[in-house]
Amino acid sequence: MSGANDPYDPKQVAALSAEALDAAVAAAAEAFGAAGDLAELAAVRPAHLGDRAPVLLARRELGALPPAARSDAGKRVNAARIAVTEAYEQRLAQLEAERDARALAEERVDVTLPWDRTPRGARHPLTTLTERIADVFVGMGYEVAEGPELEAEWLNFDALNIGRDHPARTMMDTFFVAPEDSGLVLRTHTSPVQARTMLSRTPPIYVVAPGRVYRTDELDATHTPVFHQVEGLAIDRGLTMAHLRGTLDHLARSLFGADAITRWRPSYFPFTEPSAEFDVWFPEHRDGPRWVEWGGCGMVNPRVLVACGVDPEEYSGFAFGMGIERALQFRSGVGDMRDIVEGDVRFTSAFGVEL
Amino acid sequence: MRVPIGWLAEYVDVPAGTTVEELDTAFVRLGLEVEEIHRPEPVTGPLVVGRVLEIEELTGFKKPIRYTQVDVGEAEPRGIVCGARNFAAGDSVVVALPGAVLPGGFAIAARKTYDHVSDGMICSVRELGVGEDHAGILVLGGRDDDGVPAPGTPAGPLVGLDDVVIELAVTPDRGYCLSMRGIAREMGTGLAVSWRDAGELDLPDWSGEPAWQVRVDDAERCDRFSMIALEGVDPTAPTPWWMRRRLAQSGIRSISLAVDVTNYVMLELGQPMHAFDRDAVSGPIVVRRATAGERLTTLDGTDRALDADDLLITDDTGPIGLAAVMGGASTEIGDETRNVLLEAAHWEPTGVARTARRHRLPSEAAKRFERGVDPEMTTAALARAAALLAEYGGARVVGSPVDVDTRGARPVIELDSGKPARVAGVPYSDAQVVELLTAVGCAVEGTEGPLRVTPPSWRPDLTDPADLVEEVVRLAGIDDIPSVLPTAPPGRGLTEAQRRRRAIGRALAEAGYVEAPSYPFVGEKALDALGLAADDERRQVVVVRNPLSEEEPALRTTLLPGLLATLARNLSRGQRDLALFEHGSVFPGGNRTPAPLPGVDARPDDATLAALLGAVPEQPWHVAVALTGAREPRGWWGPGRPAEWADAVEAARRVAAAAGVPLTVRAGDRAPWHPGRCAELLVGDVVVGHAGELHPRVCAALELPARTSVMELDVDALPAAAVPVGPSISAFPPVLLDLAFVVATEVAAADVEAALRSGAGELLESVRLFDVYTGTPIPEGQKSLAYALTLRAPDRTLTGEEAAEVRQRAVATVTERTGAALRG
Repeated sequence: MSGANDPYDPKQVAALSAEALDAAVAAAAEAFGAAGDLAELAAVRPAHLGDRAPVLLARRELGALPPAARSDAGKRVNAARIAVTEAYEQRLAQLEAERDARALAEERVDVTLPWDRTPRGARHPLTTLTERIADVFVGMGYEVAEGPELEAEWLNFDALNIGRDHPARTMMDTFFVAPEDSGLVLRTHTSPVQARTMLSRTPPIYVVAPGRVYRTDELDATHTPVFHQVEGLAIDRGLTMAHLRGTLDHLARSLFGADAITRWRPSYFPFTEPSAEFDVWFPEHRDGPRWVEWGGCGMVNPRVLVACGVDPEEYSGFAFGMGIERALQFRSGVGDMRDIVEGDVRFTSAFGVEL
Repeated sequence: MRVPIGWLAEYVDVPAGTTVEELDTAFVRLGLEVEEIHRPEPVTGPLVVGRVLEIEELTGFKKPIRYTQVDVGEAEPRGIVCGARNFAAGDSVVVALPGAVLPGGFAIAARKTYDHVSDGMICSVRELGVGEDHAGILVLGGRDDDGVPAPGTPAGPLVGLDDVVIELAVTPDRGYCLSMRGIAREMGTGLAVSWRDAGELDLPDWSGEPAWQVRVDDAERCDRFSMIALEGVDPTAPTPWWMRRRLAQSGIRSISLAVDVTNYVMLELGQPMHAFDRDAVSGPIVVRRATAGERLTTLDGTDRALDADDLLITDDTGPIGLAAVMGGASTEIGDETRNVLLEAAHWEPTGVARTARRHRLPSEAAKRFERGVDPEMTTAALARAAALLAEYGGARVVGSPVDVDTRGARPVIELDSGKPARVAGVPYSDAQVVELLTAVGCAVEGTEGPLRVTPPSWRPDLTDPADLVEEVVRLAGIDDIPSVLPTAPPGRGLTEAQRRRRAIGRALAEAGYVEAPSYPFVGEKALDALGLAADDERRQVVVVRNPLSEEEPALRTTLLPGLLATLARNLSRGQRDLALFEHGSVFPGGNRTPAPLPGVDARPDDATLAALLGAVPEQPWHVAVALTGAREPRGWWGPGRPAEWADAVEAARRVAAAAGVPLTVRAGDRAPWHPGRCAELLVGDVVVGHAGELHPRVCAALELPARTSVMELDVDALPAAAVPVGPSISAFPPVLLDLAFVVATEVAAADVEAALRSGAGELLESVRLFDVYTGTPIPEGQKSLAYALTLRAPDRTLTGEEAAEVRQRAVATVTERTGAALRG
């Protein structure tokens, strides 16, 4: 090696010439480009980026240059080294991408194959529709009240202004419970929950009471002896029939679309006075938009308020009730009641876990 | 109530051109629900009035046949063959001429029959489609009847072919609408047209001895009893066609003139009446309660034991009528009856309801009295009936009427004129309130502020201010009430129990179970099939007195019978792989005290209320699952996995997880489960249910596939979930440890795991049983249980020594408690 004071040696400077460096870069690029796969690329790498590669050897020669010449030559060497490195990395990325693409293509599967190893279950649409209705009311601040299906006769009838010999009582087709003096019936409507609620809470009361009820009808395409209702009750100062209507219209819109409204017809229920039956306008009915009979409603009869310990001079209230089966029938186009009650998994599964 | 529009138009000036649909709408707006609209079947072609001129009796055929000459308004009479015999020369009849098509597509043509050409047909009521009567042809009138239009007049309108009948469902508060009189008032008001009150009759100037001696002993139950006597009724006189037609349109069978007239007047005025054969009544008539042991044979031929609560009409011989419900056989109008006592009375509704129910006699009369009849109508109805019987049966009234009238004054209702507006949320004016109440028939004193309102005699349902408010709202238009959403105070959302039920349903559905609610009715047979012991508490059932099926008279005490029946139904429909769940109330039986029936004039006192609520049995909410077939189906991934006992236990674990309570499981033994494959489900020390495989005998009894598995759990027995505490999550590395033990077969895995947990202590993060093995090299009667343990400290990396110490303690505890040996 040259000593510090060695005279200038033109032979050693040759490795640092621009031509030599360009040639090294070109050779490297060509070699990398010729590598057909990652293994070949790895094999040619040392010759161009290894310790003995031309650009690295050239770097060692820099020290031999006079300080004035070092700067320029240094820049050239660096540039060449970066160029070779980039050429390598470029080719490496290219080859890796090709390898990955090949491997992934080999792993291709038929994504349309079924994977129903765990069968799906479902909740009954009566359950889910009931919950939906309850949720609309919970959203308005109502609470969900409950009562037993095997109910005191007094709560099912007497407290609701249906006297012992009232025709409405016989029209209810009641299941009576043994013995004859048991004082118990299978509730014929969810209305006894009204009475229970008023007897146990103080106004203001806003509750909705879904539940199962019983009448002595044989099962056929349109009747079932066991069915479901949702009852609503609001007791507060200053409640009017307009408030009742607003509430029912809101429910109708929530369940049957923004265009749904209710239509009222005068009717009679012993526990409300005035009373009405209401229809709902259902734009998406299977057979075209139409009015559908849905339920009954009215202002709580002051006699009921009295029997349940609410002062009718201070408070008024409204109540309403409708059939869930009926709502399910027209909302989902179910033609035959038996499909709703028989528990065929093909029926229930069609409705999924939420409605 | 069936309303023939032609009849209604006699009282109400229905505007010309009013369609049936408009009437329908008007009825509905008034609160009279239209159940059905009956339109007569169309008759096309010539249908005319004919007069029979000659009758030639044809003989030599299998039955007597007539060949008639009938004037049908043409130049020459037509020859018509007829098989009926209920007419004579001179009678007016209805003739369908060739070209006419009768209901059912029955085309009339001239054709040869019985050796004569029949140039048309003389029609019966049934052939015209306006009634059921086919005993003979329809005779419109006899020789001297000038009420019948001339031959050749179109007969369609005459026989009611144009007459639509609107059938109304009348609510129990509106008894007055069970009469044309009441309907006319409603429609007159509803259509805002003039109308006539059929009940406004001038009573004839009857005089003489009272028709009969009458005494009313029970004025509470009969506050008006009126009666007239008629003589000389022609028992052979036919009921006029128009009356028969209206009765038929109203669904009432024609019987005889006297009976038809009482029914007709009932339909017209709403006043049920009864006709006695005067000659069969002996001695004074007394209205009284029945006494013990009395019996009465009613018109339907039934001999009835009477109750002391039954109100009777009696004479010297005893009971001759069940008041307001049905007459007695002994005084029935017969074929020879010429002298009649006509009774019209006003009976107290609830007593009528009790008698009608007790004797299962829901007659037309009882239906009206139960709902309230206008007490003003008794004498009017008698006058109307007498006039009809005089006109069509030649009867004459003898003596003066009896009228025992003990009615009190009608109560006055105080109503604040602003009340209807406050109830409805509609600003009715005072004048409007007064006007509408007056339209209802009320007498109103005052014009604003406090009104004194006396309801009309036909509206016994109007007793409270609220009833008057309803009338105002109804007539003003209930559908015009605006829509205003009230603001409820903030609510607390669903209760924990309600949220839990939803969570359980969702968890099971997400786990592949399909909800299958069933009727809660069960019978002995279903409980036997489950193999329940005689003293099993699930045999203590609540019994329904009037079940739909005598086979299933009781309420369920377990969800399993219904759920397994649904399972069987699905299997019978071709399903193989089923996982069902149901949740709902069960109804444990047992001795109870009767629920009291307090009054309704005030809130029951606390003790009565407590007794009332306490008499209603607890009805716990259960959840159950049933599975059969493959729990996981076979597929391209490999074979399926059959549903088994473990799935049922896992379902219980999912339920408990959804409810947020820890469930423990141990071996149990309870029907209907397989004694070796029954898990007892516990929360703490409380057994909350069972799960596992059905007993093979139960599967056989219910014809279910072997190995069907079920779970049932009392959701209400689950304690409230604790508020979950967030665990502190350690970021230090875990130590993983596998341990396998050889243990006697009968040792429960749960016990081994409990010992592991206890021995490992706080550094144990989790433990999982990953293998159960029997067979070589494990000795007979033993099994190998392999567990994966994760150890981790909250605050440091565990050292090898610490891990080894935990391992040693865990193994020692398992060995000590279960006799297990660590497997090499």
